[in-house]
Amino acid sequence: MRGEMAAFILLAAVTVIPAIVVVTSRNIVRAALSLVPTFLGVSGLYVLLQAEFVTAIQVLIYAGAITVLILFVIMLTAGGTGLPVRQVNEQVPLGILVAGALAGGLLFVLLRAPWPMVSGEMPRYNARAIGTALLTNYALVFEVTSLVLLVSLIGAIIIARREGS
Amino acid sequence: MSWALEILKASLYAVIVFTFAAVFAAMLGVYLERKISGWIQARVGPKHVGPQGILQTVADTIKLLQKENIVPRNADFLVFSTAPLIVTVAALLGYVVIPWGKLGDWILIVRDLNIGVLYFAAVSSLIVIGILTGGWSSNNKYALLGGLRSASQLISYELPLGFAIISVAMMAGSLSTVDIVNAQRDVWFVFKQPLAFLIFLIAAAAETNRIPFDLPEAESELVAGYFAEYTGMRFALFQLGEYAEMLAMAAMTTVLFLGGWRGPWLPPILWFFIKTYAVVFFFMWVRWTYPRLRIDQLLNLSWKVLLPLGLLNILGTGLVVTLAR
Amino acid sequence: MLVDWLYVAVFGVVGVLLAVLPLAIVWLISPRGEYPQKLLTYESGVVPFGQAWSQFNVRYYLFSLAFVLFDVEVIYLYPWAIVFKELGAVAFMEMFVFLAILFLAFIYAWRKGALEWV
Repeated sequence: MRGEMAAFILLAAVTVIPAIVVVTSRNIVRAALSLVPTFLGVSGLYVLLQAEFVTAIQVLIYAGAITVLILFVIMLTAGGTGLPVRQVNEQVPLGILVAGALAGGLLFVLLRAPWPMVSGEMPRYNARAIGTALLTNYALVFEVTSLVLLVSLIGAIIIARREGS
Repeated sequence: MSWALEILKASLYAVIVFTFAAVFAAMLGVYLERKISGWIQARVGPKHVGPQGILQTVADTIKLLQKENIVPRNADFLVFSTAPLIVTVAALLGYVVIPWGKLGDWILIVRDLNIGVLYFAAVSSLIVIGILTGGWSSNNKYALLGGLRSASQLISYELPLGFAIISVAMMAGSLSTVDIVNAQRDVWFVFKQPLAFLIFLIAAAAETNRIPFDLPEAESELVAGYFAEYTGMRFALFQLGEYAEMLAMAAMTTVLFLGGWRGPWLPPILWFFIKTYAVVFFFMWVRWTYPRLRIDQLLNLSWKVLLPLGLLNILGTGLVVTLAR
Repeated sequence: MLVDWLYVAVFGVVGVLLAVLPLAIVWLISPRGEYPQKLLTYESGVVPFGQAWSQFNVRYYLFSLAFVLFDVEVIYLYPWAIVFKELGAVAFMEMFVFLAILFLAFIYAWRKGALEWV
């Protein structure tokens, strides 16, 4: 158990420290690249939750695909990626207020919520369990997902075409 | 206490596997590349350092160790230094799930993850970030263009690669590499899934930037592409990553389609290496047989040929397996 | 299972250390000489002009977008691939519908020229 705690603290640091760079760096590409260790840290947290299939998804989709997408989008910025970008504006006090209120609200809920503990064994192969669940109990959700993907592609192409012409 | 012991054991494995990759994938790989190229072009290749030039790459490594690390003034130093590390480590992480053979009942694999092949696909997908950052941080026009092209190529071929892996997983009913090898007890999957095998080979060649898919490095137009500005050991790390990835892809081809360590008479480890290096030889042979593709041809091949073919192959496999039940 | 991933993490950390090791050796023994021309960006021997960090074409974005979409699709195929044998014809039909809808997306992207390198 102590080992798991140590792993959690380490992974949390790996997740949070680059995340701070993401929102503070004046170099937009560095900010985007700092997302990679953040994503990997989150995937490590999934490992601690015994969700290894989700871990692989996190690495494959977020670290390997979304980051590339974000980098390509940044390459489109007018004036190029070498320009320093300011990430804060004049509304810092207001921002602190909102962030503080949100943090307070979340803490309030966290402390009051009853956390159910489920006893029993984890499924040995959770990819298998996920597959079975998707194809039986959640078949409708599964099919609708493909519609969501279809709509998102069509929307993105329409937007990109308009920008291009 | 057991945690510390496991970490120590894991570190030991890591050192062994990485030394292995540096020697057998990179050094031997470069030597074979030059020797086979020479043989195909009717020259002798490296000849002077050691018998038949076998120590040539060792000498090259020692030479590279003495070279100055130059970082161009306009480059982003931090990102520039990190990029080769990403490529190397991402390539080497894939080695965790490769089963090298069998000694008695003991399977030579670092860890048999439940989601082995998916893990392999996931960590290989990280290489693209190293290449893209290497190209961008150099602040060099050729390097950035090479990096962007390479990224488009790598992400385009990741999809057919995934489809081929899924076709095999459907036959084996598992994602673990050991289970997949065991499922090929009677028939190798190359005979059951010839189309997936072809797709996997083409996509693997593209993922490792091999000719005819070496546009990112195209010497004649992009002066070596994304690593144009890299010198000395940083350049060597990119090369190490690339050759380590090539060997890993060849080993994965063996695991997925060529029955892994299975074979008669010879010991399993030997079989695995024979098959893997046969695939490596195939990649090198292709290099001197086909000219480089144009980028639009390259992307068309992936998106308009391999992608629909891979999908149809999965549907066909699913139909046959479901009907035969 | 956690132990498996401990190995992966150790491989990552040790990998970085082993990759840094030769760089440290280089830092110790390599010659160092500084003159401004050496640190210039390489541009085939011509004095470089302008910045490399400039604006790039939208086509890269379109490809990466299509990639993310199909990558998500591939992720759904993995769990299906290892259980569809046990679940039989119904599971196959479900995946057929799923893939058919995505094939529509593919055809749409093709017809609209999102897969063309222009």
